Amino acid sequence: MAEPWDDRNAAPSRAAAPAVATPIVPSGSIAGRSLTAVVAIMTFLAAITTGAVMMVVNAASDWQSEVGREVTIQVRPVSGRNIEADVSAVIALARASPGIADVRAYTKAESAALVEPWLGSGLALNDLPMPRMIVVKLASGAAPDFPGLRGTLAAQVPSAILDDHRGWIDRMRTMADSAVVGGVAILGLVLAVTVLSVTFATRGAMAANRPIVEVLHYVGATDRFVASQFQRHFLILGLRGGAIGGGAAIVLFGVFEAANAWFTGTPGGDEATALFGSFSVGAAGYIVIVLQVVLMAVVTALASRRTVNRTLASID
Amino acid sequence: MIRFENVGLRYGLGPEVLRDLSFHIDGHSFQFLTGPSGAGKTSLLRMLFLSLPPTRGLISMFDRDTATLTKDDRATLRRRIGIVFQDFRLLDHLTTFENVALPLRVLGKEESGYRAEVVELLQWVGLGECMGALPPVLSGGEKQRAAIARAVIARPQLLLADEPTGNVDPNLGQRLLRLFIELNKTGTAVVIATHDIALMDEYDARRLVLHDGRLHVYD
Repeated sequence: MAEPWDDRNAAPSRAAAPAVATPIVPSGSIAGRSLTAVVAIMTFLAAITTGAVMMVVNAASDWQSEVGREVTIQVRPVSGRNIEADVSAVIALARASPGIADVRAYTKAESAALVEPWLGSGLALNDLPMPRMIVVKLASGAAPDFPGLRGTLAAQVPSAILDDHRGWIDRMRTMADSAVVGGVAILGLVLAVTVLSVTFATRGAMAANRPIVEVLHYVGATDRFVASQFQRHFLILGLRGGAIGGGAAIVLFGVFEAANAWFTGTPGGDEATALFGSFSVGAAGYIVIVLQVVLMAVVTALASRRTVNRTLASID
Repeated sequence: MIRFENVGLRYGLGPEVLRDLSFHIDGHSFQFLTGPSGAGKTSLLRMLFLSLPPTRGLISMFDRDTATLTKDDRATLRRRIGIVFQDFRLLDHLTTFENVALPLRVLGKEESGYRAEVVELLQWVGLGECMGALPPVLSGGEKQRAAIARAVIARPQLLLADEPTGNVDPNLGQRLLRLFIELNKTGTAVVIATHDIALMDEYDARRLVLHDGRLHVYD
């Protein structure tokens, strides 16, 4: 073939072709930083919500198992009955009931200690109609017969009331379930905000890069090829934002855990642990946070893909 | 290869800008598409490039009725057509090499497989020294040649050029015409839309003349 141009003496400075292929859609044309920040914040909020819900559920579960391992029998002072004899009778009946590991009656001094915050010290309990508490510990793995024990007590010691904390445990379960529902609702909102943000950013990117899309069509690119050029950017962006937000959440939970370990043994630390649990999301929590990072990247990629495809459908 | 039968085109509810166009373009042929400004040359080129559907009539390209094509079908057919725009449509963030290689990249080919081919073509059109340069630093003539190279790199069966000499001096215009003639000799059918009579007088070829919305063919 004839040479219409002869430029064999090429100048080296302009002659060098790039070693690495430039992205067809320039990353600078995507609203990268702001969208990365949005994805990072949303991932952080999602991770914090998940971690908080998991801590509440774990703490509630701990409380339930702790409380569920024992029941109490209250023996009320009733005129005409000897409370000490009733206490002894209740202990004997409880011990004879199946699934019971240990039965212990609170001493008068311990009973006084229970009411001391309200009534003060130095009480003469004999002067007061104080009920007596009997703590019944359940054998692990056994199935105690509470209805049978309750019936026996009603028949033989009418002043005794068995409390298996069922109502309290039910309320605790309801609270934990409410926390889960609230957490799921917040996660739904976080995902919705992420999808909307990515959709707007993708529309902006498509508008900014419309000349590129047109040229790609002119050289025979299918919509799938064009979409992949945009989706790659948004997947990377989602992963980066998710990693930043998820990483921050992991660091935060790590700090909480370390602080909890530091304050263990102090009165404040013990009270906080009793109230809120161990302040640890555990290995499962960290795995869930990592999965959320992946989820946010996938959501970002899918939301951008959907927007790109819808926009491409309107361009020819 | 391409056949138009009673094709008409109107924009919206306006009058027909192109009426009763009936002609064919054979493989390996060379033709000028000419007519006064506003005669509809660019509209006809857009129909030839499948980016504008006719409002009536039949267009058959590569034995396919274009009215029945899906979007993916159009993309596939466009790979058999190269187009050179008057305003070049080069991507400013890609180097000259990458702009020219774009059709091959779109086909999913690896750079190692097409690098030598692109370099050879760039040298053939006189851009061997500009492979790493971005379009904003190229001259008008260099941009035009890069656009032509991009249009022919995938060895299309048909090359469409819209006013390829509109922004260059007569000398460069003649050199570009030589380039198109050489491409035609390699087997590519060429349609050059131009109103440059001097350019058309340089080469004896078929002329498609648009006037008052109708096409007159001078073989």
